[in-house]
Amino acid sequence: MKPRNILFLIAYAIALTGISLWIGQVSYSWFPPQASAESVLIDKLFAFLVTIGAFIFLGITGVMIYSVVFQRAAKYDFSDGPHIEGNVTLEIVWTAIPILLVFWLAGYSYQIYQQMAIRGPMEVMHLGMGHGDTPTVVEEQSIEEIEVISKQWAWVFRYPGSNVTSTELHLPANRRIRLALQSEDVLHGFYIPAFRLKQDIVPNKTTDFEFTPIREGTYRLRDSQFSGTYFATMQANVVVESPEAYENWLSEAKKRQPLPAYNQAASEYTQQTSKTGWPTVVPAAPPVVNYPT
Amino acid sequence: MTDSQVKNTNIITESYQDLSARDWRRYFSFSTDHKVIGIQYLVTAFIFFLVGGIFAMVIRGELITPEADLIDRTFYNGMFTMHGTIMLFLWTFPSLVGLSNYLVPIMIGAKDMAFPRLNAAAFWMVPVVGVLMIASFFVPSGSAQAGWWSYPPVSLQNPTGQLITGQFLWILAVAISGVSSIMGAVNFVTTIVKMRAPGMTFFRMPAFVWTVLSAQIIQLFGLPALTAGAVMLLFDLTVGTSFFDPSKGGNPILFQHLFWFYSHPAVYVIILPIFGIFSEIFPVYSRKPLFGYKVVAISSLIIAGVSGLVWVHHMYASGTPGWMRMIFMLSTMCVSVPTGIKVFAWVATIWGGKLRLNTPMLFALGALIMFIFAGVTGIMLSAVPVDIHVNNTYFVVGHFHYVLYGTVTMGMYAAIYHWFPKMTGRMYYESWGQVHFWLAFIGTNLNFLPMHPLGLQGMLRRVASYDPEYTFWNVVASLGAFLLGMSTLPFIVNMVSSWIQGPIAPSNPWRAIGLEWLVSSPPPIENFEDLPVVISEPYGYGKSDPLVSNLEGIIGHSE
Ligand code: HEM
Ligand SMILES: [Cu+2]
Ligand SMILES: [Cu+2]
Repeated sequence: MKPRNILFLIAYAIALTGISLWIGQVSYSWFPPQASAESVLIDKLFAFLVTIGAFIFLGITGVMIYSVVFQRAAKYDFSDGPHIEGNVTLEIVWTAIPILLVFWLAGYSYQIYQQMAIRGPMEVMHLGMGHGDTPTVVEEQSIEEIEVISKQWAWVFRYPGSNVTSTELHLPANRRIRLALQSEDVLHGFYIPAFRLKQDIVPNKTTDFEFTPIREGTYRLRDSQFSGTYFATMQANVVVESPEAYENWLSEAKKRQPLPAYNQAASEYTQQTSKTGWPTVVPAAPPVVNYPT
Repeated sequence: MTDSQVKNTNIITESYQDLSARDWRRYFSFSTDHKVIGIQYLVTAFIFFLVGGIFAMVIRGELITPEADLIDRTFYNGMFTMHGTIMLFLWTFPSLVGLSNYLVPIMIGAKDMAFPRLNAAAFWMVPVVGVLMIASFFVPSGSAQAGWWSYPPVSLQNPTGQLITGQFLWILAVAISGVSSIMGAVNFVTTIVKMRAPGMTFFRMPAFVWTVLSAQIIQLFGLPALTAGAVMLLFDLTVGTSFFDPSKGGNPILFQHLFWFYSHPAVYVIILPIFGIFSEIFPVYSRKPLFGYKVVAISSLIIAGVSGLVWVHHMYASGTPGWMRMIFMLSTMCVSVPTGIKVFAWVATIWGGKLRLNTPMLFALGALIMFIFAGVTGIMLSAVPVDIHVNNTYFVVGHFHYVLYGTVTMGMYAAIYHWFPKMTGRMYYESWGQVHFWLAFIGTNLNFLPMHPLGLQGMLRRVASYDPEYTFWNVVASLGAFLLGMSTLPFIVNMVSSWIQGPIAPSNPWRAIGLEWLVSSPPPIENFEDLPVVISEPYGYGKSDPLVSNLEGIIGHSE
């Protein structure tokens, strides 16, 4: 290779690296706020993948665009290009690099997943086999256990410790939460974008799910597994508050008489004056809870 | 099989009078000519592409505002279900089978497919599938509304209580489409293994034929799983078995395994022939051999093999234990190795060539760029922690449309333009082609790029309404969608008017190397007068070796 070409290549690689690192940093701004310990880990992994991905994408398309701009046939030039069938060294290099990259990415993703320790199906039952079950992100404290009941199309949260029910999910900040996810009819998905966490709920079986909220505020919980007609309406507020505020809320709620909550699916269904659509599964009656919203 | 016996004189003389492809009536009849069947597939599929496209416009019309105000929610759910189903089962699959039908026999120097009647029968099942799908809109239940993957228990819920529901017709149609695909697969694999011309060794086959072979092998091992799943689902729905119904002790996750064991590899059934198209088109318009041809050919088979080991990446957020998530993360990422090799090979093919940006080349280049983008987001999705966040969001919808529109549909356009002169004997109008490309390329990016930020922000797929915070990118996406919808108009105008009155095409307008370019445009009924005797490897650009030793005999007396 001519020294000029080598210099050019080096400059290209440096420019690409710079741009990719920058895009990787920018990628943090594409997300909702980081409201759980897990979201910090996931965003870090994502930024890393964006950096690598930007390098690959810009690197290859840069070469293509160079070809398209500078290597066009002249109008009346009907000759062929050089007869190059391949190049063994080059092919070995571009096989080896992706292989190494794959193991690197998989290894890093694996580490992040271990640190999240979100559990999921079967993990609690199979406990004891293998890896450390304690998340490394927060020091182990008392775990807050909450039951989540999903149905077409409503969320109900039950706090077994104080026997409170609610249609708004209240969580203490900086404490490990363990949810017991249940569904009464079809598959639903528990998903809080600000937590970057999602888990499908399978009927007739309890799925454990763990995470740690770290930022006070109000977020949205959405159903992430298509569940029929009013799927899009199946949302609930998630309120992360200080442990004191949380305890207060629990004892407040406990004193209240259960009342029917507002339910968008049910109200859309009953308010539908003219029948425009196709027959639908009838929404469950609005849940009756201590803390309706 | 039929080649020698059926040298029935009156067929032959008739064909020379109307020079095969120019008689439009043949395309509406039960023909066993692979070229007629190929075009029948392509045209039928394109009509359904337009139907699926109209559904897409309705979806994007609904999503241009946050509220569910354009159509009823049940109808919205029917729209995206039928959009996805039609696009996959009635556009991508049949159009690719059609293209392969047209090209494979000619490319390997055969006079027809191994089983011409089976071939025709497989084609005529496609309109049946289409009619069933469309009919489902008119039964009282309305069309299927459980998404193109029809997960139970939602797909088993039947508010009308009737037997013939949209979901019932949907399963029936998908099952028929599966039977048709199996028939096609048997035919293709036999043809490629048994019917190659003298001298056409495996490593002299064009890369496109390798990709078709790999894709059809996937069909053979994958479809039985889907068929089993569909039959069990049908029983659950109609006669009350409980394979998948949890309220009766069934296991809905089992359906997901059966479904994805086929439907992930199915993605490769779709993408592999597109890789083949790239491998054909880049050398022609760069005037250089396909870089690393043998490695490219073999990596198709490797991709087909690995694609059978990755299906659980669609179920990371489902009832999947952690250890399984990790295993499938590694296997999924491995697919990127043979795929990466191909991408590098194409770029090396272009590099240092003498490029001509005719419409097919533009579409292939645009498709390759969008495929690289889809590959990058695909790697992100394969990483479990990232997928836990973006699974079932618009990030996924964006990713797979970069594959299915950006790569597959754009690659299909590249192929149609490239082989149009061969198929019809007419040239298309280049300037309309260029207009089509730019509208489609800009439209695709405007439509599907905004879906990525939406997904990262947490907007879920399959929602008829969304929170106002997502409005901006949805408006952009909808405008892009309408532009993309418009982009098909110059294509249709170009194809129809060129076919009727375009300039007559020579046998080899692109100065391309390949058996299909040796015969007339359109090729005579049995392709070759004598079977070609192949003496060179494909892609001899930059050398002047002849491809066959009996050129005179192949062309015969036809022109
Ligand atoms: C103008 C072009 C297109 C537009 C505007 C479009 C738009 C969309 C949108 C918005 C969705 C998401 C629906 C939802 O999740 O709520 C969707 C789903 C889908 N699209 Fe497209 N699409 C287009 C072309 C295509 C093509 C060419 C293919 C395949 C070759 C395709 C295959 C699919 C599939 C498989 C789904 C998933 C359906 C499901 O969730 O069950 N689309 N499309
Ligand atoms: Cu997949
Ligand atoms: Cu993918």
